[in-house]
Amino acid sequence: MYKYIFYFSLFIYIFSLVWGVLFTQEDFVQGNSFRIIYLHVPASFLSQSIYAAMAISSVIYLIWRVKLSAYLILAMAPIGALVTFLALFSGSVWGIPTWGTWWQWDARITSTLILFIMYLGLISLHNSFSNHEKADKLLSWLVIVGFVNIPIIKKSVDWWSTLHQSASITLTDKPTIDPSMLYPLIGSIIGFFGIVICLIIISSKVQIFKREKTKSWIKDYV
Amino acid sequence: MNPTRKKRIYSILFVFLFSVSGISLILYSLNSNLDFFFTPTELKNNNIPPEKRIKIGGMVLEGSVERNGSEISFVITDYENSIKVIFDGIVPDLFQEGSGVVALGFLNNKIFYAKEVLAKHDENYMPPNIDIKNDS
Repeated sequence: MYKYIFYFSLFIYIFSLVWGVLFTQEDFVQGNSFRIIYLHVPASFLSQSIYAAMAISSVIYLIWRVKLSAYLILAMAPIGALVTFLALFSGSVWGIPTWGTWWQWDARITSTLILFIMYLGLISLHNSFSNHEKADKLLSWLVIVGFVNIPIIKKSVDWWSTLHQSASITLTDKPTIDPSMLYPLIGSIIGFFGIVICLIIISSKVQIFKREKTKSWIKDYV
Repeated sequence: MNPTRKKRIYSILFVFLFSVSGISLILYSLNSNLDFFFTPTELKNNNIPPEKRIKIGGMVLEGSVERNGSEISFVITDYENSIKVIFDGIVPDLFQEGSGVVALGFLNNKIFYAKEVLAKHDENYMPPNIDIKNDS
């Protein structure tokens, strides 16, 4: 079933990418280099959403001890790390022609780097435990503590002076991006979201197999 | 809800609020140290020793850019205070009069000697030929 969602999302993403890169006009300041927005914004958006989903899973695991939500945290962490890396990388590539630098320690960039390190830390922490249940509990607590970083990333461009510009799409105001560029951007976010959800489903399947491998239902299934 | 779960909810809330308040205190005490650059007004109000490497940011004042060989001088302004910047090197493509800029260097006798100049762009994206109607 999720295979169809995957192909559909992939289609939406590639369609939006082609639309945005080949069939929109260039930006009045940045010229063609703004087009990396169709990778950078979806990746940045998902890097924070995945962490939020991990935090929700952690709360569910800690209160109701649902095993599946513990597996989900582990399934999402590597994908979150990958997506955050994509956000940082595409931001660097975008920064060279526009800002004139690929890395600066401004609040937005630094807090996103912290998010990336947090993902890596959570993965390696879980790997260092031989007792899985203990590791799940500790991981869930850490995910909840680390959630503080998400609003900081979100608001960093408003709270401090940064090199990074503030948000173009907000819940309260009219987008400051022209509709001809906005529609493919929304499409690329939706497509990327679908792709990531399917990757999480595949990754959580792996986690279930790994953790339940001694159970008889797995033996029947495989 | 059964009492164990209720207890767990309270402990999650406690841990979360505890970490929120801890991080808030840290961020509050760091305050403007987390800013990427000083504005010309902040520069005037703070006493920054000369030869200390700092970053200043603002807008390039219209009509202030002067080129002299490879040297470029311009005025960074926040439309309240402004400061003259001298830079020897290549500025980014997006550097232009009336747009955002961040300069890294040091202050000496009210003149800022930049070692590095970065362009800052805003959150507006639009095609070049569009009519600007409801812009202030």
